[in-house]
Amino acid sequence: MPTPRPSLRLALLAAALCSVPALAADAPRKPSRFAVDPYPSTYRAAPSAPVLISGATVLTGTGQRLDGADVLLVDGRIRAVGTGLQAPADARRIDARGKWVTPGIVDVHSHLGVYASPGVNAHSDGNEATSPVTANVWAEHSVWPQDPGFETALAGGVTSLQILPGSANLVGGRSVTLKNVPATDVQAMKFPGAPWGLKMACGENPKRVYGQKSGPATRMANVAGYRAAFIDASEYLRKTAPKDSPRKRRWWQPASDAVDSGQDAGGKRDLKLDTLAGAINGDILVHIHCYRADEMAIMLDLAREFGFKVAAFHHATEAYKLADRLAAEGVCGALWADWWGFKMESFDGIQENIALVDRPAGGCAIVHSDSAEGIQRLNQEAAKVMASAARAGMAIAPERAIAWITANPARSMGILSQTGTLEAGKMADVVVWNGTPFSSYALAEQVFVDGVLAFDRANPARVPRSDFMLGQPAAADGGVR
Amino acid sequence: MSRVMSRATTRATTGATLSRTLLAIALSACALAAHAQDVLIRNATVHTATARGTLQSTDVLVSGGVVRALGQGLAAPAGAQVVDAQGRPLTPTLFGGITQIGVDEVSGESATVDQTLALGAPTREMTVRPEFDVTLAYNPASTLLPVARVEGIGWTLLAPGTAEGGSIIAGQGAVMRLDGSPDPAGPRVLFVNLGGDAVGLTGRSRAAQWMLLDQFIDEVRGRIPPDSHAAMLTPAGRATLARFLDGGGRVVVEIDRAADIRQLLRWSRRHGVRVAIASGAEAWMLAGDLAAAEVPVFVDPLLNLPGSFDAIGATLANAARLHAAGVAVGFTQSDDVSHNARKVRQLAGNAVAAGLPWDAALAGLTRVPARAFGVAEGLGGIAPGQRADLVLWTGDPLDVAHVAAQVWLGGRAIPMRSRQTDLLERYLRRQPGDAVR
Repeated sequence: MPTPRPSLRLALLAAALCSVPALAADAPRKPSRFAVDPYPSTYRAAPSAPVLISGATVLTGTGQRLDGADVLLVDGRIRAVGTGLQAPADARRIDARGKWVTPGIVDVHSHLGVYASPGVNAHSDGNEATSPVTANVWAEHSVWPQDPGFETALAGGVTSLQILPGSANLVGGRSVTLKNVPATDVQAMKFPGAPWGLKMACGENPKRVYGQKSGPATRMANVAGYRAAFIDASEYLRKTAPKDSPRKRRWWQPASDAVDSGQDAGGKRDLKLDTLAGAINGDILVHIHCYRADEMAIMLDLAREFGFKVAAFHHATEAYKLADRLAAEGVCGALWADWWGFKMESFDGIQENIALVDRPAGGCAIVHSDSAEGIQRLNQEAAKVMASAARAGMAIAPERAIAWITANPARSMGILSQTGTLEAGKMADVVVWNGTPFSSYALAEQVFVDGVLAFDRANPARVPRSDFMLGQPAAADGGVR
Repeated sequence: MSRVMSRATTRATTGATLSRTLLAIALSACALAAHAQDVLIRNATVHTATARGTLQSTDVLVSGGVVRALGQGLAAPAGAQVVDAQGRPLTPTLFGGITQIGVDEVSGESATVDQTLALGAPTREMTVRPEFDVTLAYNPASTLLPVARVEGIGWTLLAPGTAEGGSIIAGQGAVMRLDGSPDPAGPRVLFVNLGGDAVGLTGRSRAAQWMLLDQFIDEVRGRIPPDSHAAMLTPAGRATLARFLDGGGRVVVEIDRAADIRQLLRWSRRHGVRVAIASGAEAWMLAGDLAAAEVPVFVDPLLNLPGSFDAIGATLANAARLHAAGVAVGFTQSDDVSHNARKVRQLAGNAVAAGLPWDAALAGLTRVPARAFGVAEGLGGIAPGQRADLVLWTGDPLDVAHVAAQVWLGGRAIPMRSRQTDLLERYLRRQPGDAVR
């Protein structure tokens, strides 16, 4: 990957700053040089007429349930949520009596596009399994926008998703957050202003992949590997930190040198260290694949050692064993409802994991997919957790559980100020369901992305189809498939 | 828990009440589980999974581990355990799909996995051993059994797999009841895996899969002498394969592409092989032919992506279209089949959402697999004479919003415990400062 020249870099920085909408609650600081985007989002929502969805059971994602309520979408934003809303004259009206309305579903853990369907060798673009630390790779450069999985996820109500590199490596690379819209290139899917994530992995996968090669072959070497990488990044960060004031010009120096030193970038850029330094800075959010409670505890200490924050532990089948600590440290658990036992570190999985992570004050539980099938029905995954939790005596109301697949993943991805709840001013990412979403029989009927009707189950013209599916005789009868 | 309640809004469900009810059932059941005795389940919505369909407000009398009577106002024999179902659904225990329960403890640890024969692995040669019988590796003490059965999964079709060094004929399996009994509950079933995933075993072409299958039959029929350089079967292999020809035992073929299924129908007709299809992503394209040939199809109704070029026609409507054409439709998973066998009822519910009638979906987890795999005498329905393998549910069994409240196997209320409930209990109760063990 070519490194932009310094002069170009400044121009790109300026461009990126201009195109980044305010994300006050999520990213208070200006992006550092580690978060400059040379491949910026070109996504712009199409203009849309106002939409009034009326008479629905509305789960706002903020913990509220409103019965017989309306949701008004104007100019791609949520204008209002409440009862008896007045719509502009040109508004499209949706009679949603008997239906349920939720924020657009958000998946924090997807490999759509990087492990696209069909799962041929040529589509295996998610693990740069050539070296245990590949912080230099960016998942967005692997995303195939024609993955049919995007449109089936949309039919499941998913409007935003984080695409992560795989878990073969200790540090797998940068993730990218997308709006789930059909596009020819990934830039046209990139969620404007969303921070990148950094994918790391604990445990069995890295040591299995590298155990017979260069290592790591053990968990202790895994940790040594993270530490070595972050030691390098800390040093890099120190070297590249802009000086507060220009160095004093010595008599033998030309004036231009002194000016440059005020923007000192510490010499040649290192893509790997850029990403790790961005993680330390907080510009890039750290997402760690980690199953066992003891390993999560070590990763929390690692984070403290190097001054970064863990946004979420992913898979974390043992998160329930340290749910209080996760809540206290503000770390989310991005989890499955019921997967377990496929390897030793997942042997202690239980179906109440999400409910137990959700239980302490400040707990941040997320239902994630890691699957092209699971992402289509995150609502049902949440329903399974609710049913298991009820059996264990923990009744969880729908208005609370909906946050597991909307607000909480949005929070962990740094996009909560833009989406994830039905609050005035946010992106009009909205799903109209045929009934309660927490059922085997739940179907998303209409899905809005930024106020645009992106999916309409009743109208084949509003069901996106990937280029790949065209002209396939076997798929002619497909539709939503 | 109190914190959950305080943070949740007042519109909480009645989970606490529910769990008290379940506890009452569980406690009374535990006290009586030591020896099978008479059980009267009163006032259930009985989904019989037989021609009688669903019976409202019905009592089910169990004696000697067998269902004796269904009706209203049945009298409880002296000493019988009486359970008030309060109108909730009662079904037969569900079929968990085609799995490796009992032969796959931790999938990533090869010493705990016995499902696949690969004697030729070092040479990468195909090694054809139809006589391989995976049920001999079955461990009824596997932790997977309680995990599945507390969710209402009472039985499964244990299947061998196919890998490099093995064969497109994976070997034999059979129905296993998940009650801890060590032996199969039904006849041996032969498993064959065909299509794109298996071309590595058959000279890089699926055309050779038919060539080789025909060759094996020639060996069984003696048209290729055992000492021929081309012969691939052992004497035991020939004897085993012979039992599945000419209308013999059931052969389950994992296959997806419509063109391959068409060849399968021709091949099975030619040799009198009673096939059932597993996976069958594109089976709906040949629904009429499959119905005419009376081939049951076990689908994963969540398969709607072109996961491979064999499944371009994958659709959520597969089950509904097959059923509409008269095919007997059952369910099996394509992913995480064993540890998460309990997910199979979610598959059935989603098939209903995609147009399959509810009764047909329940049949796909009861009657259809019981008939297809030769265990319908005792399993897969609630009727007098059937084994009392029953599940009382908190609500619609095909809806993930509900769970199994109590499971009976052979008329005994089983303890609703597993390794997972033990872990839950330990950490549910733990308070800050508690010792770790």
